[in-house]
Amino acid sequence: MISIRGLSKAYATPSGKLQALDGLNLTVEKGDIIGIIGFSGAGKSTLVRCINRLEEPDKGSIAIGDTVLTGLKESQLRQARRKIGMVFQQFNLFEGKTVFHNVAFPLKVAGCDKATIRKRVCEVLELVQLGDKEKAYPSQLSGGQKQRVGIARALVNEPDVLLCDEATSALDPQTTYSILELLRDINRKLELTVVLITHELDVLQHACNNVAVIEQGKIVETGSVDKFFLYPESDTARRFVHIVEHYRKKRFAVEGVGAGI
Amino acid sequence: MRDDLLELLWEGLRQTLYMLVWSSVFAIVLGLFLGITLVVTEKGGVLEARVVNRIVSLAINSVRSLPFIILIVLLLPFARWVVGTSLGPTAAIVSLSIGAAPFLGRIVESALKEVAVGKIEAAKSFGASPFAIIFRVLLPEALPALVRSLTIAVIAIAELTAVAGAIGAGGLGSLAIRFGYQRFREDIMFATVIVIILLVQAIQWTGDSIAKSIDRRRHRTE
Repeated sequence: MISIRGLSKAYATPSGKLQALDGLNLTVEKGDIIGIIGFSGAGKSTLVRCINRLEEPDKGSIAIGDTVLTGLKESQLRQARRKIGMVFQQFNLFEGKTVFHNVAFPLKVAGCDKATIRKRVCEVLELVQLGDKEKAYPSQLSGGQKQRVGIARALVNEPDVLLCDEATSALDPQTTYSILELLRDINRKLELTVVLITHELDVLQHACNNVAVIEQGKIVETGSVDKFFLYPESDTARRFVHIVEHYRKKRFAVEGVGAGI
Repeated sequence: MRDDLLELLWEGLRQTLYMLVWSSVFAIVLGLFLGITLVVTEKGGVLEARVVNRIVSLAINSVRSLPFIILIVLLLPFARWVVGTSLGPTAAIVSLSIGAAPFLGRIVESALKEVAVGKIEAAKSFGASPFAIIFRVLLPEALPALVRSLTIAVIAIAELTAVAGAIGAGGLGSLAIRFGYQRFREDIMFATVIVIILLVQAIQWTGDSIAKSIDRRRHRTE
């Protein structure tokens, strides 16, 4: 579904060139929920922002289905972006618009007629369990509700791919859990391919089928979530899992043989 | 107080309002155009064009460097060309609009820059065109800030009408100078000051109420 080849992106910083992505390769199957995990500065945000070309890559190719995004002109890119939903860490809702008009925005800019907009918006608001909030403004919603609006807005165009850039990092654990449930649910119902950028193990554990580990602008490890926790290979994966491992050993020491893994 | 006072005041206020309303309308239109141009053409803007940005910015700074009274004199031939005369309130509207537009451009620019980059990126990620981003995201999201900024600008234009009045544009400013100052009519001077104060209060109050009602709608609690 998503095929990324040799993707590179560098930034000029006051202290010299920063190679955010360095010849990165990644393939995501259709219908997968993949978590891309890495420490701060590993390049994960740059990667997800390159997928819909919010950042312009320096080199490499990105294809979604049969569309090679990296070769598109502005106007074609706008069309292609309508099939790629995006959810943001800071929600990025429009404060001057009601929930309804926030969710309707992608349809309006695509030139849909009013009846279609009403029907689609109501459908997705039901899907994210906010059917009763269409007249509210974002400032009247909780963090979790805001992100549900963000998800509804990203889904309203019936995209093939949903990109989530740290979508739960601004939420408390309970809300994070309910948002992850929602993403799983959507993935099943809509057969949507979901890419989750994260630095939280919780996200992998509760939402993902597969994991890709990013380190210094490269994917250093891919595989199932189970494999990530049981047999971490890369340095980054080991450092993440080490924390879990540390507490498992501690529990083992306290409770003795027979303590659950 | 003499019996011509009310008549003179009314005539002055009428001319001031005439200049104020039309100069504000033209200056706001020009200012929105300049401000939007500055924001969208800057580095990373939705219609990045840094040469355009630099030229517009330079032009704005140049006009703003000139004291208004000199600008009016410079614009006299232009006013004559546009409205057929270089005297009176109508001619002043030309100078006032052009004199205030660069200031409005900067004020609009700073209001629009308050809109979080993330919202614009979100709009981009949904396939919005630059045009849609300007009119469906940038302007509506900045609306309360814009209304507050424009209120400041309209008050500044009210001050400028008094300056224009001093060199033949008419209005309350001219009244205060010609009668209050040059003919020692203290009653006229005093009354003019009161009317100007009330006028500025009214503008500020109107702007505040509009901005507040937008904010209240967006942040009401149920």
